[in-house]
Amino acid sequence: MTGKLMNPRSGGLLALAAFIVAVPFLLPNEFYFDVAVRAGINAIVCVGLNLLIGYAGQISLGHAGFLGLGAYTSAILTANYGWHPLAAMALGATLVGVLAFAVARPILRLKGHYLAMATLGLGIIISIVVNNEADVTGGPDGMMVPPLVVFGFEVYGEKIWYWLVGAGLLVSVWLALNIIFSPVGRALRSVHGSEVAAEVSGIDTARYKVMVFVISAILASAAGSFAAHYSGFITPSDVSFFKSIELVTMVVLGGMASIFGAVVGAVILTILPELLTWFSEYEHMIFGLILMLTMIFMPKGLIPTLSVKMRIQGGARVEGKQS
Amino acid sequence: MFSEFLQFLISGVTVGATYALVALGFSIIYNSSNVINFAQGEFVMLGGMSTVFLLSAGFPLPLAILCAIAITVVIGLLLEKLAIEPAREGSVVTLIIITIGASIFLRGATQIAIDKEFHSLPAFSGEEPIMIGGASMLPQSLWIVGGAFVMVLLMWFFFDHMKLGKAMLAMSYNRLAARLVGINVRMVLTLSFVQAALLGAIGGILVAPMSVTYYEVGIMLGLKGFCAAILGGLGRGWGAVLGGLIVGVAEAMGAGYISSDYKDAIAFIIILLVLFFMPSGLLGKRSTERV
Repeated sequence: MTGKLMNPRSGGLLALAAFIVAVPFLLPNEFYFDVAVRAGINAIVCVGLNLLIGYAGQISLGHAGFLGLGAYTSAILTANYGWHPLAAMALGATLVGVLAFAVARPILRLKGHYLAMATLGLGIIISIVVNNEADVTGGPDGMMVPPLVVFGFEVYGEKIWYWLVGAGLLVSVWLALNIIFSPVGRALRSVHGSEVAAEVSGIDTARYKVMVFVISAILASAAGSFAAHYSGFITPSDVSFFKSIELVTMVVLGGMASIFGAVVGAVILTILPELLTWFSEYEHMIFGLILMLTMIFMPKGLIPTLSVKMRIQGGARVEGKQS
Repeated sequence: MFSEFLQFLISGVTVGATYALVALGFSIIYNSSNVINFAQGEFVMLGGMSTVFLLSAGFPLPLAILCAIAITVVIGLLLEKLAIEPAREGSVVTLIIITIGASIFLRGATQIAIDKEFHSLPAFSGEEPIMIGGASMLPQSLWIVGGAFVMVLLMWFFFDHMKLGKAMLAMSYNRLAARLVGINVRMVLTLSFVQAALLGAIGGILVAPMSVTYYEVGIMLGLKGFCAAILGGLGRGWGAVLGGLIVGVAEAMGAGYISSDYKDAIAFIIILLVLFFMPSGLLGKRSTERV
């Protein structure tokens, strides 16, 4: 029963949809909706990032940079130039896609974690530019962002945003599942298994890795635009190196190569700081400790580890790899 | 004109020497474990902050420095024993996340155990600048460059002339073969963290009188040291030193002649250029993958 529900292809998407519909009945007030919206936006980024980390076996330490480019493109074009938010969002996503392609194309031909280093550099450069170009971005003080307009309606309030972000998340997960279960996905998994073997069998591994990287960057950009319009205000700290680390952590905590793991990771790590504010002083220590302990005791992440446990209890055959 | 150039060069080499120590730490740990230790910058921070703390507790400076180095080394040792070793079978990504967790933890712990304020150490031998060709240099610069130089020589001697050092290098060439000839993998891993912590602590203490030290000082220092390590060729000792100096000088020149706002970006622009045009770094070898 649980096994079937855990299978992303048959029941996963439906289960997620049901979950998104059910959550509002459990949330007592706007504050919780706010947390839910932020978790959803993070989850959209993580679904893309998980394709990259879990399936292409590459790590990005600069995804907040892409998120930031999307967010600031939306903010600047709508606030300063009066663009329609959706047009600004589309342009931001296109720019990010092109940038990601230009960076990844030469680098993903190399072996090892060079992408991590390149994305680290790119992400930090973006955050420094955003901090310094105060005339355009407002600098460290941040800038106001006009509300999102869809079909002539202004989107405002946590509850409406909840449904919008929920729909966005479903679309991203659907997209990700389609990629995983397509020939591209199979090619990617072969890359994760043995890159050399994949290449020898004629798979252009670099091309697929670039593709996934570009998709994950575009998802981050779109999520960034959402985040900017949602909060109505954006500062450089939203696009810092730490945000990148946080995003990677969400993916790894939830479970690499598990789309729903990425969603769970995003939700947990968005809620966690809210809980830890009770321990304000110790927040960072506890956060760091949780990271270390999860990685030591559950290196595959929460969802893959738990689902393997459940299958053992159900007496089912345990498969080696979670997809 | 020349004096200005000289001035930038001096400050570049001074900062570069610190980056070199951090980069060496990255390379040593990378060689023994393939892990990029994101807590490397925190070793630098711990060295400086522990000294500040011990000084305020009434220790004389030399004793405070020695104890601070000891504290940092013990923390490096604990980090390896408690967090890295239990997860040794995990993937490289897992181990990287552990070091990131450790860096956040160490910053959080420092901010509670000591404080969140900015501190500076007294200069080791006065504040009277030395004039060279129209440029001025603080005596502390000599301490930093000299101290880094001594550490680099010690490391060179260790890796090139001592059996233990050669064993550590052997690990980085071929792990399995190293095990087969009886090299203790665990010991090598532990030792690499101890050395990295030592280098970081010394860098942090030497640089603290010239710049401020606070609980987040290790973030940028660590990341730039990482850039330096890649520039020189990750895992290459002399490459790390060269990379550190180049990043330091480029930063000082960039800040002086181009834009001081973008000073912090220079290291990262270099890293992108290196990855595009010579991915194995200046002194790195082109590697082929074994199947």
